[in-house]
Amino acid sequence: MTDTPLLKVRGLKIGATIYPPGERPKDIEIVHGVDFDLAPGKVLGLIGESGAGKSTIGLAAMAYGRGGVELTGGEVHVNGRDILQTGVRDVRRLRGAEVTYVSQSAAASFNPAKKIMEQVIEAAVLQKKFNKSDAEARAVELFRKLGLPDPENIGSRYPHQVSGGQLQRCMTALALCPEPDLVVFDEPTTALDVTTQIDVLAAIKDAIRDTGVAALYITHDLAVVAQVSDHIMVLRMGEMVEYGTVDQIINDPQEDYTKALVSVRSIRHEEKQPGDTPILKVENITARYKGTDFDVLKDISVEMYRGQTLAVVGESGSGKSTLARVITGLLPPSAGQITFDGRTLTPDQPTRPLEDLRELQMIYQMADTAMNPRQTVGTIIGRPLEFYFGLKGAEKQKRIQELLDEIELGDGFQDRYPAELSGGQKQRVCIARALAAKPKMIICDEVTSALDPLVADGILKLLLELQKIEDVAYLFITHDLATVKAIADSIAVMFQGEVVRYGPKSQVLSPPFDDYTDLLLSSVPEMKLGWLEEVLEHRKMESAGN
Amino acid sequence: MKNIPISAMIGLFFTGIYFLAAIFAPLIAPYGMAEVVGDVWEPSSSEHLLGTDSIGRDLLTRLIYGGRTTIFIATAATALSFVTGAVLGFFAAVSGGWVDQVLSRFVDLIMSIPSLIFALVVLSVMPTNMITLIILMGLLDSTRVYRLSRAVAVDITVMDYVEAARLRGEKTAWIIFREILPNALSPLVAEVGLRFIFMVLFISTLSFLGLGVQPPQADWGGIVKENKEGINYGIQAALYPAYAIATLCISINLVADWILNRTTSLKGGRG
Repeated sequence: MTDTPLLKVRGLKIGATIYPPGERPKDIEIVHGVDFDLAPGKVLGLIGESGAGKSTIGLAAMAYGRGGVELTGGEVHVNGRDILQTGVRDVRRLRGAEVTYVSQSAAASFNPAKKIMEQVIEAAVLQKKFNKSDAEARAVELFRKLGLPDPENIGSRYPHQVSGGQLQRCMTALALCPEPDLVVFDEPTTALDVTTQIDVLAAIKDAIRDTGVAALYITHDLAVVAQVSDHIMVLRMGEMVEYGTVDQIINDPQEDYTKALVSVRSIRHEEKQPGDTPILKVENITARYKGTDFDVLKDISVEMYRGQTLAVVGESGSGKSTLARVITGLLPPSAGQITFDGRTLTPDQPTRPLEDLRELQMIYQMADTAMNPRQTVGTIIGRPLEFYFGLKGAEKQKRIQELLDEIELGDGFQDRYPAELSGGQKQRVCIARALAAKPKMIICDEVTSALDPLVADGILKLLLELQKIEDVAYLFITHDLATVKAIADSIAVMFQGEVVRYGPKSQVLSPPFDDYTDLLLSSVPEMKLGWLEEVLEHRKMESAGN
Repeated sequence: MKNIPISAMIGLFFTGIYFLAAIFAPLIAPYGMAEVVGDVWEPSSSEHLLGTDSIGRDLLTRLIYGGRTTIFIATAATALSFVTGAVLGFFAAVSGGWVDQVLSRFVDLIMSIPSLIFALVVLSVMPTNMITLIILMGLLDSTRVYRLSRAVAVDITVMDYVEAARLRGEKTAWIIFREILPNALSPLVAEVGLRFIFMVLFISTLSFLGLGVQPPQADWGGIVKENKEGINYGIQAALYPAYAIATLCISINLVADWILNRTTSLKGGRG
């Protein structure tokens, strides 16, 4: 590297104080000495699972430690000065002027009471980079560059008046407005739908290229980071695992952990032929929420077979979770009927016989909130056994242990509380609770989307394994097409409350596509260089988030 | 129990003393509860540590027995108000819809009438005995507990684990006592202390006004009432029960504060 790096990090150590229940507070180290350089105008991707320390490192570039986190050692040089040493005044001049930040949730970061323009130019004016009118002119230009509709006037709207994808781009404009040297992007597209993500990603990439700003791009999705970065640093538990160019990391990973990340979602699942009688038949279901005047579900008809998986795919707001609520009886439909294992299900849940409730179980997206934090794993799994089968004492204990073995958790978990489990373990316990009822069908509502890729992979493998043993059918609700490819036998694509495409997996995923399915399929980030440009060239339909 | 702050220690100490004195009153009290043992408003002496009251009864004895009555009524009324208020509040939150509306609006109605006035009206037509007092105070106060428990439970009923229990086919009683109650306990336990103090103040007020505990039964509010004329002559007798009320309230507040801190803070709390 010939010129001096813009950002130079040496031996960065970050610590925090934790407060374990019933013990004295203790200090732990969450980042154990990380080194890297970032040249002007380059993009470095920081990637790792949750808890890897990637956001913490990103914020350290602004000399900031979030919520009790402390920068305990090492050096962070920005434009040649060590910002950990320069003191509060200098750091204040740095933030919002030389280094800016784009957070994951734009919706939570914008002040809902102020207009967008006011917030976008705030830092630039405050840092005396521009006067108000120049800053506004620059903001409009950035809005245009980021592909926002009506760039002249969008600034006079309030944050709730634009869509999630647009707001994320406004936030990028906010970060770029003071002409910083470095922007820290902290998972800027993670909260967005795939079809929206692709546009935001393209906008961010163009903006970075046009303004010549350097960036730290933090994400857990290797395929995303591969599209925008020059270099990638893989982090795990506060330590660097591997550092290299995008090309090298994607095509020739050296470390085992990186290889696992690159090859994630390598599950192969042979499509099963539909049986003769469906276990679940949804016929012409139309539904709306109380007090609203439009149908969330419009004339939905799908079928599922014993021991098979139907994947329902769609973006947020497409009605896929509502479909689950209708099937479980939490939201009675306004028209249509549901047949389960030959019997017609009553529309509302309280009137259903116990047998119907037992045979139709559900697993939730957030395992944290799906388990009572004041009950032990033994109680959580044991309750359905007791409730449906009247098991007691030693017999119940034995069955609980069998179930724990089935979900690969083994001994010693019965007496633990949910707070003492990791995310993946929690989801496994939820699976065991559903299995305890010996169901014929399980509704899986986004069960892997809150988990890290490697952990999610483990859960999917487990679900497939259990399907073979228990012969249970899954209604798999997800927005993630990679998951669908991995486990589905048949697929229903939903868009604005309608099933736009439905059939066996091989048929749904092979051309010719309708416009929406094409958009959805092409928007799933692929782990190869230049994918983004390729897709944008071939698209037939604009994404809904625009 | 190692890291109890000093304020909570003081609170626990005094609260403990008051409760022990209340429980063992017949053993500790030097004289009989209504026994006339001396002259009117005798100053303190070795026989009568706090002197005597307006008709010559031992004041310390009266205070100890008075504490027993006051604390017993306050405790029983608090228990009643929590059981009724919490169960109804949870029930309203879990049921939702018109059940919630009817209960909540009824509670609003009761709360819109100042509870002291309400109590005075009821007590003027009902026989004034301990049972009436406890039921009246308990039910009036349960409206406050209802509000709190409903608010807490509404947040909990939308959790997926409650939905999971419903989908399993569980009865409302199970959902209330096994899914919601354990998670709502922290704020409720902290509230118990505060409500208890209001009960002490409430019963003392009623007795002071002559509608609470009836003589010759002793209670702190009643003792103030009996001796209030003495204040004009510089006699301290009416102030001792006032001190007792104040110290008990402050002590319980200190304990309640500490519990509230423990259960709501992200740091030392176990929640």
